[in-house]
Amino acid sequence: MIVPIVILLVILGSVAFHFWSPWWWSEVASNWGNIDSTILLTFWVTGVVFVAVGLFVAFCVWKYRYNKDRTADYEPENARLEWILTILTALGVIALLTPGLIVWNKFVTVPDDVYEIEVLGYQWGWGFRLPGQDGILGTTDINNINDENMFGLNTDDPHSFDDILIDGDELHILLNQPLKVNLRSLDVLHDFYVPQFRAKMDMIPGMITSYWFTPIKTGSFEILCAEYCGTAHYAMLGTVLVDEKDDYDEWLNEQMTFKETLALNKNNDLIKVASKND
Amino acid sequence: MAANGYEDVVKGDDAVPALEVQPQELYHAKSFWTRYIFCQDAKVIAVQYSLTAIAIGLVGLVSSWLIRMQIAYPGVIPMDASAYYQLVTMHGMIMVIYLLTALFLGGFGNYLIPLMVGARDMVFPYVNMLSYWVFLLAVLILVASYFVPGGPTGAGWTLYPPQAITSGTPGSGLGIILMIVSLAVFVVGFTMGGLNYVITTLQARTRGMTLMRLPLTVWGIFVATVLALFAFPALLVAGIMMLLDNILGTSFFMPAILEAGLGEQMAYDGGSPILFQHLFWFFGHPEVYIVALPAFGIVSDLISVHARKNIFGYRMMVWAIVIIGFLSFIVWAHHMYVAGMNPWFGFFFATTTLIIAIPTALKVYNWVLTLWRGNIQLTVPMLFAIGFLITFTNGGLTGLFLGNVIVDVPLSDTYFVVAHFHMVMGIAPVLVVYGAIYHWFPLITGRFLNNRLGKIHFWITFLGSYSIYFPMHYLGFMGVTRRYFEVFEGEAFPVSIVGINQFITIAALVTGFAQLVFFYNLIVSVKHGDKAEKNPWKACSLEWQTTEMPPGHGNFEKELPIVHRWAYDFSVPGANEDYIPQNISPSEVSNAQAEKT
Repeated sequence: MIVPIVILLVILGSVAFHFWSPWWWSEVASNWGNIDSTILLTFWVTGVVFVAVGLFVAFCVWKYRYNKDRTADYEPENARLEWILTILTALGVIALLTPGLIVWNKFVTVPDDVYEIEVLGYQWGWGFRLPGQDGILGTTDINNINDENMFGLNTDDPHSFDDILIDGDELHILLNQPLKVNLRSLDVLHDFYVPQFRAKMDMIPGMITSYWFTPIKTGSFEILCAEYCGTAHYAMLGTVLVDEKDDYDEWLNEQMTFKETLALNKNNDLIKVASKND
Repeated sequence: MAANGYEDVVKGDDAVPALEVQPQELYHAKSFWTRYIFCQDAKVIAVQYSLTAIAIGLVGLVSSWLIRMQIAYPGVIPMDASAYYQLVTMHGMIMVIYLLTALFLGGFGNYLIPLMVGARDMVFPYVNMLSYWVFLLAVLILVASYFVPGGPTGAGWTLYPPQAITSGTPGSGLGIILMIVSLAVFVVGFTMGGLNYVITTLQARTRGMTLMRLPLTVWGIFVATVLALFAFPALLVAGIMMLLDNILGTSFFMPAILEAGLGEQMAYDGGSPILFQHLFWFFGHPEVYIVALPAFGIVSDLISVHARKNIFGYRMMVWAIVIIGFLSFIVWAHHMYVAGMNPWFGFFFATTTLIIAIPTALKVYNWVLTLWRGNIQLTVPMLFAIGFLITFTNGGLTGLFLGNVIVDVPLSDTYFVVAHFHMVMGIAPVLVVYGAIYHWFPLITGRFLNNRLGKIHFWITFLGSYSIYFPMHYLGFMGVTRRYFEVFEGEAFPVSIVGINQFITIAALVTGFAQLVFFYNLIVSVKHGDKAEKNPWKACSLEWQTTEMPPGHGNFEKELPIVHRWAYDFSVPGANEDYIPQNISPSEVSNAQAEKT
């Protein structure tokens, strides 16, 4: 008797935990609310199956408990039943996969009006680069990296010098502006992840990966590195602040371009190159 | 009856097929050394494999306690981040490869395949013996890596480059080298055993034992071994290539990068870290099924025997195992949805991954339909089988979250993943391992494990592990990233996660210590357990039909058994007993009935 009751309690307890426990996601702060909807849909479909299977097991264990005077049924197969179950399962899979792939298609289709920025990961910290006045990110090469050129910008690329460089772990972004983050790593794998934005993508040394989102709520959000990257992985944190236009512009004005950082470092050779490009 | 279509499988027949292959000469051990140490008998090799796997598994178990202490009660057991990551890495590697793979294939495969197919031993006993000793060598190399300067690798069990071999990762010196060497040796040893399991199943079946009369245990182990023979080479080459990158400075997986902490540029250029991930998961995904398929097979037999009912939909179960095995090779990149590969791959791999849910779900339906109108004996093996049904259903369903590419985006690299794979390929198969040990212990030792201790062990293990992993999924929904040495209270999470982590840790410690009950039971029962009569569970498959129990050298006496029916003739209408062993012919059954009347 105790076995079916415990199974029943496990099933009911799971459902109760799901609905009443305080541990649940924070409200979405990007346009990817439809990812949440897909998860909820998956919850309903899989939840119903889980409860049904669990209750069926509990019922069988109670109803068909051993009795030496009874013999079990002899039914090796039931082709009809097996087909019905196959088709129902296939329908369930289609019900999950179709909306999933539709949302994925949105996720991988970058709109034309995105603002592109770069997020740089290294052991262990973050850097950010905005395209500056020309609206285009300068090209980079790891061989260019030195004390004065932490991002490895190509100095023969005219788009490089107006790029705004943020060497720190705090990034400001503009509310409601579609944003494409180009992800770069200087050493090992990292992953730029803000739980409230729902999106994430690994950063791979030697190549540029990306994803896009639109922040829809102002506020301060924590950046977590989501791909194990060595001893200080857990400490590779940062902050994204989603600002209204005024706050954003104010912050932007305080940031330095590549050219300005060179001036600060008194690198006259490169400044000349930069001025020629102006 | 003919209209049912399955009668060729389930109908017993009197025919005695001709002997196609002459029985091979057995090697007869002459001394203690060749009988118990350098032994060529698959049954002894099975026990050697199992004890070695369990011994190293204990290291993995204790590692998990230390990991959980650090997560919930940091500072109580002093450790730094390096030690934490080394524990996490070794825990994963040990549990997946050295415990579960070795136990299911080297342990259960060796013991059960020859007995269940009606053979005297594996077809290549000497190679089979070598397989164990090479496995032991792999384990020793793994253990040695704990004692080298810098300690074992802390690269995470996936060993992703570049970090696996660069200085920002613990154990990036000798640790990672020994890890890869150990894996390579493991693959060599496994291949020796694996060829035996496959060829014995195909070539050494006794007369009348058609493929469609094999117990599902053999089907599960057989297909899993085939998968392993295809999958492990991918791991082997990936390991060797990374070793070359590390030692000789090649750049298979290494692009131009800086040394850790914005250091000097390293002497690599042009390699692809993602290439490693493809190779790793081409091995790594089938690996999930290398662990799961034997569990599927074994649990089918446990449920059938202890519910006194034939397994429902046997042919479908066989095909599901084969189809899952095939599909498992074309879903690997679902581990890499956010790894930076071409996003268009997501469409393909999400589709194949969710298709695999269909044969898997069918297996679950057939298990629970086997319970339907059965005569269920709540023995300890049956309890573990029921525990498996609940945990596997749970873990399988959460796979539908992670397999569906867009849903994986927020959940990848969070505790949802940790909870999912522990439930589906940790807890569920381990429950089957326990069920199987309680089930076959009388066959191996002639004695039962203690029933009361078994029940205590079951309840704590089942409820405890469910309490660990069910709530853990919700940490994943909150976005709590895995592999964090310190679980901080940041802005990222809406509610505190300290309490839930403490609950999980306590559940993990209680569950972990409950395993001591099992080990106590195991040790005491070998000598003092209740004596088991022959075929104590009244099962139909051949391993219980040997003249002696435990089966002696050569498994069967003078004559090998001749098989007349499938392994699931339980509660056959009109039969005197509620089971008819595979080696009983229909005329023997009718004679027995005639005598009674």
